[in-house]
Amino acid sequence: MNSRILPLAAFLLLLGLLLVGLRIADKKTQIPSPLIDKPVPAFDLPVLGKAEQRMSAESFLGKPYVVNFWGSWCVTCRAEHPVITELSRMGVVDIVGLNFRDEEQDAMAWLRRFGDPYSVSLVDYDGRTSIDFGVYAAPETFLVDASGKIVFKHLGEMTMEVIETEILPRLASMESGS
Amino acid sequence: MKSSKLILAFLALTLSVMALAQQAPVQEPMVFATYEQEQRFKKLTEELRCLVCQNQNLADSDALLAHDLKSEVHEMLLAGRTDDQIKQFMVERYGDFVLYRPPVQKNTYVLWLGPLLLLLGGAWILHINIKKRAQLLNTKTTDGENS
Repeated sequence: MNSRILPLAAFLLLLGLLLVGLRIADKKTQIPSPLIDKPVPAFDLPVLGKAEQRMSAESFLGKPYVVNFWGSWCVTCRAEHPVITELSRMGVVDIVGLNFRDEEQDAMAWLRRFGDPYSVSLVDYDGRTSIDFGVYAAPETFLVDASGKIVFKHLGEMTMEVIETEILPRLASMESGS
Repeated sequence: MKSSKLILAFLALTLSVMALAQQAPVQEPMVFATYEQEQRFKKLTEELRCLVCQNQNLADSDALLAHDLKSEVHEMLLAGRTDDQIKQFMVERYGDFVLYRPPVQKNTYVLWLGPLLLLLGGAWILHINIKKRAQLLNTKTTDGENS
């Protein structure tokens, strides 16, 4: 009796592990960011199109904002562009574009061609700031609260669903002061 | 004739894919102050994961991000940071996942202790089986004596 149940139990256990593994397999590429609930990494970057003007993390304190890492070389950025534009059109939050590893002319041309949803775009030419943000793909989008704390990160293409289920509720709860 | 065209098309395709894979510029050789530093660099980049390719370490990867992270490690080494400080720098940005050897902590106990437990479990089953067989053998031999 026992000698039959034991292998069966072991088999079921392995089967369970397999199912769990299959479940998380497609989420595996989404690495949870250690930056959630941490202050925004310090940065001090030139403004796209106005090289003499610089902005730092402190410039944005006092109001929640979205940081969207993009580049003219990034195909998915183009795909999510209408969604970012829609978020900008809602007027609920400022979107700071972080143009990284890009040439200024290419970036400007990209914005001219598709439209500029950003309240401002900063230039991270060598990608240092993107490393500080732990960015390893493009696009990546961060939601920062008024105190400069990162509250949410989305990896890859932004969708209306993510805006509605993740970003808007967080913005609403920030406004109600909780 | 048709097949040779097909082969040509295939070759052209592989070539273009290869061109994509080689997009990252050739990395300039890194200069180290000491041999010891170079060894530490090698060891560190072998233990750090390339996050773009995920199943490759920084040393093996030729992705753009891997290049940048390698230069980052190189700079920190030259600046005199310790291995732990460099790993800490990476973990703060990319999480534990960046380490090929996960740290022993609460959420990785199963990972580290699991194999040991399995081994112990196996040994236990083996022990019981051996005991059973010995008993069986014993009863058989006593049976044999009786008959």
